[in-house]
Amino acid sequence: MKFGVVTFPGSNCDHDLIYAMRENLGQEVVHLWHKDHDLQGCDFIFLPGGFSYGDYLRSGAIARFSPIMDEVIAHANKGGYVMGICNGFQMLTEAGLLDGALLHNASTRFICKNVHIVPASRSALITQNLEHKAYKVPIAHGEGNYFCTPDVLKKLQDNDQVIFRYCDENGRITDAANPNGSLDNIAGVCNVGKNVFGLMPHPERAADEMLANMDGRKLLAQLV
Amino acid sequence: MSNQVSTPVTAEIAAKLGISADEFDKIKEVLGRTPNFTEISIYSVMWSEHCSYKNSILQLKTLPKKGERVLAEAGEENAGLMDIGDGLAVAFKIESHNHPSAIEPYQGAATGVGGIHRDIFSMGARPIAALNSLRFGDLSLPKTQHLLKGVVRGIGNYGNAFGVPTVGGEVFFDPCYNINPLVNAMSVGIVEVGKTASAIAEGAGNPVFIIGSSTGTDGIHGATFASEDIGEDSESKLPSVQVGDPFEEKLLLEATLECIETGALVGVQDMGAAGITCSTSEMAAKGNAGMDVDLDKIPTRQENMEAWEILLSESQERMLFVVKKGREQEIIDICKKWDVHCEQIATVTDGGMLRYFHKGELIAEIPAESLVLGGGAPVYVREQKEPAYLKEIQKFKLSKVPEATGEEHLEVIDFLLALPSIASKRWVTEQYDSMVGTSNMSTNDPSDAAVVRIIGREQAVVVTADCNPRYVHADPEQGCALAVAEAARNIVCSGGTPIGVTNCLNFGNPYKPEVYWQFAGAIRGMKKACEKFGTPVTGGNVSFYNQSESGGSVFPTPTIGMVGLIEDAFNKKMSMNFRKKGHVIYQMGRMVEDLGCSDYLYHYRGIKHSPAPYLNLEDEHKLQKALLKLIDQELIYSAHDVSDGGAAITLLESAFPNNMGFVIETPVEIREDAFLYGEAGGRAIVTVDPRYEEEFLEVASEFGVEVLVLGTVTSGRVEIDGEYLGDIEDFKDIYMGSLGKRLGE
Repeated sequence: MKFGVVTFPGSNCDHDLIYAMRENLGQEVVHLWHKDHDLQGCDFIFLPGGFSYGDYLRSGAIARFSPIMDEVIAHANKGGYVMGICNGFQMLTEAGLLDGALLHNASTRFICKNVHIVPASRSALITQNLEHKAYKVPIAHGEGNYFCTPDVLKKLQDNDQVIFRYCDENGRITDAANPNGSLDNIAGVCNVGKNVFGLMPHPERAADEMLANMDGRKLLAQLV
Repeated sequence: MSNQVSTPVTAEIAAKLGISADEFDKIKEVLGRTPNFTEISIYSVMWSEHCSYKNSILQLKTLPKKGERVLAEAGEENAGLMDIGDGLAVAFKIESHNHPSAIEPYQGAATGVGGIHRDIFSMGARPIAALNSLRFGDLSLPKTQHLLKGVVRGIGNYGNAFGVPTVGGEVFFDPCYNINPLVNAMSVGIVEVGKTASAIAEGAGNPVFIIGSSTGTDGIHGATFASEDIGEDSESKLPSVQVGDPFEEKLLLEATLECIETGALVGVQDMGAAGITCSTSEMAAKGNAGMDVDLDKIPTRQENMEAWEILLSESQERMLFVVKKGREQEIIDICKKWDVHCEQIATVTDGGMLRYFHKGELIAEIPAESLVLGGGAPVYVREQKEPAYLKEIQKFKLSKVPEATGEEHLEVIDFLLALPSIASKRWVTEQYDSMVGTSNMSTNDPSDAAVVRIIGREQAVVVTADCNPRYVHADPEQGCALAVAEAARNIVCSGGTPIGVTNCLNFGNPYKPEVYWQFAGAIRGMKKACEKFGTPVTGGNVSFYNQSESGGSVFPTPTIGMVGLIEDAFNKKMSMNFRKKGHVIYQMGRMVEDLGCSDYLYHYRGIKHSPAPYLNLEDEHKLQKALLKLIDQELIYSAHDVSDGGAAITLLESAFPNNMGFVIETPVEIREDAFLYGEAGGRAIVTVDPRYEEEFLEVASEFGVEVLVLGTVTSGRVEIDGEYLGDIEDFKDIYMGSLGKRLGE
């Protein structure tokens, strides 16, 4: 699988993701530039974390209109893999590739810390072969409070589209373990076709042995 | 010049801009005529304390600044630069943004972060870590809570979007900061040796470009404002506070580094205090050159800005590039790629004269050299006088302080853990992205200083910012030496070797002899300690005029930013947390019966005047050398320095991360409370595998370091002198929750 990571002008996790996929997981990874229309033959497109265009309006609201997003949307509609992490997840909901929206955290503050998440979907690429337990992965966002209407939530649940939920270190899904007020403790979802993923936590920040936490690598390893 | 611009100003107008009568005479002498309004405005900011260091430079010059690793000495470039081997250098600097933050905490703090990062990347270095040192007033006051929340949000929003992790720092509370918080921001960057940019203009005919944001009316006279006392009417100075745009800064960073990489640049300087005036004059003066600047070419946010407004604007996210003639297009193309404005506004000239043109007219003409530090800027010797409060300190007698023993320790410990200066700063630090860049090795393995790996290399830089202003207040010389010692100890306890220092000197009004006495004393202490640890001072900044409510001064606060180095970060990083039940706990360093300036005395006993804690620099240095050898030989499993709150707090902080406990006995030689809560320097608490105790003791004795066995690590039980005090979880709840609770959450 050939991976591409899109750099938007305000992306700041692009290099981290490239490092994790290339150095930690040994994959072929190319840089993609937001002003281009070329996906360089990539099979799997990552939209990384950061502040795409400053995000003074709504996170990801402007990024969805950038030139490369036309190609990313077309790629996804053809069944190609796309994954948005943090700001990338926000872009995917803004672009309509994923359901729901990411509101301001319930605390109204930016939160950066390790949290635990537990795999939910039994049919999505990223979770289907992942051991069912709590994974320690950091979050870093001001707008990560997942929200959708009751109809959409039911659809997500019925179609097995919730990929991760926030949990405590023992894997229990509790209110106390929900860092940002997300509906149903949702940390990540996928589309009906199971080829587009959105995740608020940053697995690329927990993929290198020098950082003393390798749980994120286990998640990313599911994609290769 | 036309009549309007050639109209000379009076000494009264000059005085309103902060120029003294003597300074006014000196300006007239330099120019050979009386300056006009634009010119006097330029002098007023360039000769302000903030830009000229006129009241501090004689003291600063006494600090050690040479060293094998030093590539850019203090004052030479926008930041200090040191060789870290392997073809790399580290650029680092700390700077204050106190006065803007007092008026508008969010923007004041945000632009402080932006400004210090620009100092680093204007040298060609990519920032990899940010730290901050914050001081606030009494946390029960609504004003303090407002300031704290605003400052933290400002630092977070700016740094998080910019994409550099905030890895460390400190937050300290005392009523002396009620109206004048201190916001010191530090940035650390990495650059390949030989690929740095210099803040210089040379080569007549070379074009000069302004890069980044348009110039607006924000921040005008900010440098002068920072050189005045904060007072009741300070909020009317709101237009002096700049507004930050981290997204623009991120673009400016990428564009600047890419432009430097081309080799098409002669020089680069960021625009901070005093804006275009400062960058044009400093760059020209450094190259013994002049510049013809056309203000009409400068992109502005408002129409009809006056010349002096354009010159003095402190609008953020701007850079000045001197480009090699003929290579302009390369720079223009890179700026276009990153959607950053780029306009030629000036040309380098021979002769050293700065000439500013507006609407086709020459509106100011000043020799560049006359404006700058090291050139024509004034230099003053200030009067010193020992403050009266020292008499109160001399009256202190430890024997008159009741000794806490037995059951009372539980009460004292719970009290100390809940103090905002000691309690976990989680409420603050979780608002900062501390992990972006995947380089912060202290996230999952906490250490006294932050260990930040250099991606793709084996090395890591180790960074910290420290100062206990209570110590400095009690004894400026000893207190400042303690700040340096603590910074070095934090780096050593993390496995690093200290290499260099940057400082942020926050003091009161230098025209008050008592304040200047504190300043001179602190500099002496810093000099002494930096010489002992071999850590040259590579720069920093001075912030005078920090006032307390009563018209007095804040505690003298010389924040020490220190950088260290670990060659083999994966194997030689040390952490502060207890690792295994049964490990033996030792205190290393001299045991002394000392409670001076401790949180216990100051807060629990309510004794506000006591001497600075004990420090013996020779012993401290031995301790640090011994620790480094123990870490290198893998003979200790954790190391944590003893500082705020004393050994009791150190033990608990080591126990919290892995939810472990400890059973210890206090030594019989000294008072129990002095042992548990004393803050004497030169001590660390380490853990040792009982199988290697002998080897451990050998190394300690090789360096002549006193050790004291305290007890063992437990799986959660906390016991002192046979008294069961509770489970670690009980203490952790207080420690983790206190700050949020005080903020109503």
